[in-house]
Amino acid sequence: MKHLAEYRDADTARRLAAEIRRVATRPWALMEVCGGQTHSIIRNGVDQLLPPEVELIHGPGCPVCVTPLETIDRALGIAATPGVIFCSFGDMLRVPGSRDNLLAVKARGADVRVVYSPLDAVTLARTHSDREVVFLAIGFETTAPANAMAVKLARQQGLANFSLLVSHVLVPPAIEAIMRSPGNRVNAFLAAGHVCSVMGTWQYPPLAARFRVPIVVTGFEPLDLLEGIRRAVVQLEAGRHDVENAYARVVTELGNEAAQRVIAEVFAPVDRAWRGIGVIPASGWRLADAYRDFDAELRFAVGDVTAVESPLCRSGDVLKGTLKPNQCPAFGRECTPRTPLGATMVSSEGACAAYYHAGRRVEPATAGATHASS
Amino acid sequence: MCLAVPGRVESIHEAEGTRMGRVNFGGVVKDVCLAYLPDIAVGDYTIVHVGFAISKIDEASARATLETFADLGLLDEGLAELRGDVADEGPAP
Amino acid sequence: MPRPDPPDVSRFTCPAPLADDPHIVLGHGGGGTLSRELIEHVFLPAFTNPLLAGLGDSTVVDLAADLAGGGRLVLSTDSYVVRPLFFPGGSIGDLAVNGTVNDLAMSGGRPRYLTAGFIVEEGLPIGTLAEVAARMGRAAAAAGVMIVTGDTKVVERGHGDGVYINTAGVGIVPPGITIGPEAVRPGDVVLASGTVGDHGMAIMSVREGLSFEAEIASDTAPLHGLVAAMLAACPAIRLLRDPTRGGVATSLGEIAAATGLGIEIDERAVPIRPAVAAACEILGLDPLQVANEGKLLAVVPGGAAAAILAAMRGHEHGRDAVAIGRVVDGHPRRVVMRTRIGATRIVPMPLGEQLPRIC
Repeated sequence: MKHLAEYRDADTARRLAAEIRRVATRPWALMEVCGGQTHSIIRNGVDQLLPPEVELIHGPGCPVCVTPLETIDRALGIAATPGVIFCSFGDMLRVPGSRDNLLAVKARGADVRVVYSPLDAVTLARTHSDREVVFLAIGFETTAPANAMAVKLARQQGLANFSLLVSHVLVPPAIEAIMRSPGNRVNAFLAAGHVCSVMGTWQYPPLAARFRVPIVVTGFEPLDLLEGIRRAVVQLEAGRHDVENAYARVVTELGNEAAQRVIAEVFAPVDRAWRGIGVIPASGWRLADAYRDFDAELRFAVGDVTAVESPLCRSGDVLKGTLKPNQCPAFGRECTPRTPLGATMVSSEGACAAYYHAGRRVEPATAGATHASS
Repeated sequence: MCLAVPGRVESIHEAEGTRMGRVNFGGVVKDVCLAYLPDIAVGDYTIVHVGFAISKIDEASARATLETFADLGLLDEGLAELRGDVADEGPAP
Repeated sequence: MPRPDPPDVSRFTCPAPLADDPHIVLGHGGGGTLSRELIEHVFLPAFTNPLLAGLGDSTVVDLAADLAGGGRLVLSTDSYVVRPLFFPGGSIGDLAVNGTVNDLAMSGGRPRYLTAGFIVEEGLPIGTLAEVAARMGRAAAAAGVMIVTGDTKVVERGHGDGVYINTAGVGIVPPGITIGPEAVRPGDVVLASGTVGDHGMAIMSVREGLSFEAEIASDTAPLHGLVAAMLAACPAIRLLRDPTRGGVATSLGEIAAATGLGIEIDERAVPIRPAVAAACEILGLDPLQVANEGKLLAVVPGGAAAAILAAMRGHEHGRDAVAIGRVVDGHPRRVVMRTRIGATRIVPMPLGEQLPRIC
């Protein structure tokens, strides 16, 4: 595929890795806040090509992992409501709530459907006027334009049987929360390339300045990731902390202004709880007042949702990068991909699942451990 | 987050009150919403996430990036050869 | 590739008219006149063979000659529950025949006879059932097997997804052929008979909510001829597997577990059609986990790999055959892949149904 295959060349990857090896003289910890990047790093083995000095910490970039437990429980309650067609991206189906997940609820008779696009949910609402169609609208900024357009089209088409359960999360507040959290080890960030294709890069210079961290907007293919890492390490070695765009073929400073306008129309900022981390102020989007009639949270009374997280789950520490998955006492024992305690073990981008599948052994917790791969 | 794949816009049409395109991803064709790229044209490449085109791919920028990669390391390899080094360790810290 | 054609009732050959209602009713599974009509008008014409026409409760088959020569019986059964019933490149009928034929072939068996059990949903158009049966009949003829006995039950509307099919098969393994995990050794080579992921992505392409247009068709095919050609080139083939549900990753994981050895594969050696690769990219699926219905994996002695590959490539269902990896001493029971950028990663066994992702 054009614009994909070229960025997977093994020889170039080797040379980029050699270049990183050449410039890195001290230990550095880099964090990516993007599930897609985490997935690509692990799937391609990018971290294995890095010198021991460069450590990658997989941050809370997977919206699946950070969707609050209350939202999952609410989703399960709505999905189980008779007459509802509950639509979701595939990622969410195995995420554990307090007791169940969407697949289990489906097995008990709920009409749960995987869709590729929120527009598919709108189509379902149009063709099933006798049913309530609810779409689980999770995601970072990348997915917000699509979810927003779905709501606008539903209004345009007068679909009274369509609603959204919204749990959008934002990257810049997450970066801030990570830099402020005690025990933070992150020296530089790889910013999520597709989030930035929507939002631009203009939000990041204040963060880079305030926390003195390089922020490199990075793509997803192996060469893009290695180049982003290389630029971050070059900055760190030189004592700089700038925002750089290493994904310029897709990302511009201003981003997609048409998308940002629609987002501003349909969504409004809200404090959002991140599963495992806690409430981060103004870190999420909810439906704006003008669109609240499409809010599934208001339309469905699923009762008081008392979310019960497993006391053993350390997802939050893993997401912040202060604990490695194989340092968690429950890793590989009570918590496995088959019996996940938290979202980081369920999601294929979750750091815990990634470590498990890679066969990484349990190791004792040692502060400041910096070896990049095993 | 953000599985988005590059594809080529083959045709543009209106459907359900919004601008849609048929986008070809290496042989797979899907209908994609183009509402967020009002200036996109047939023949352009775009990044598509959950059925929406969110950015046009800048071909010149792509070429420049690939050229940078092509040049990378060649200077060092050349220097290493000149010095007769087995491996280039870079400047001393 | 355009959507699959709806079943063509005009090809439904029937010497006598059916009762007025063209849909399956509960009575069709009841064993009485309606059942008989179904057998005579739908199944018999489709499966044409003298053994079935007897319409007894069971069918006697004569395998004396094969067994006298030292051959052994091999049995297999499988059930088919695919949705939709018809998809690019095939139908549930093709899968029901080829799937069981291939299971027999993976033991080195030459398939001879199949049974066919149908669980039909009340309300299914009889024409649809007839088309499924017709496709089974054609697949059976192409594979050189006979469907010699069967059964039909009907379940209430809302259960049964149209129709579920179970087929069981019996075949003969020629003397001197021992295929099994005990024979596998470090240094053995892993071969794939062709491109991966075609079937699963063909199904995806017509699944509601995930559909797309592409030149992707199911690869459903009977592989016993290919296996025979491979065994002729080298009778000491260690192991054969058909990577159906769960894809190549599952089969390799099963081989590693059964042999207690490690397997290494090279990502860049695994053949995949560009459109299948593209479809996997869009939906975020791993091609190694996508189902195949006309492919096999073979573990063969290293020294025989070249000869076996040549034999495979000379066969219609093995044209794209290639070596994808090796059996190794290291990392026992683990499958490791050398990635496209030269790193390594473990290939885990898929947990359940692979779901499209947006992350």
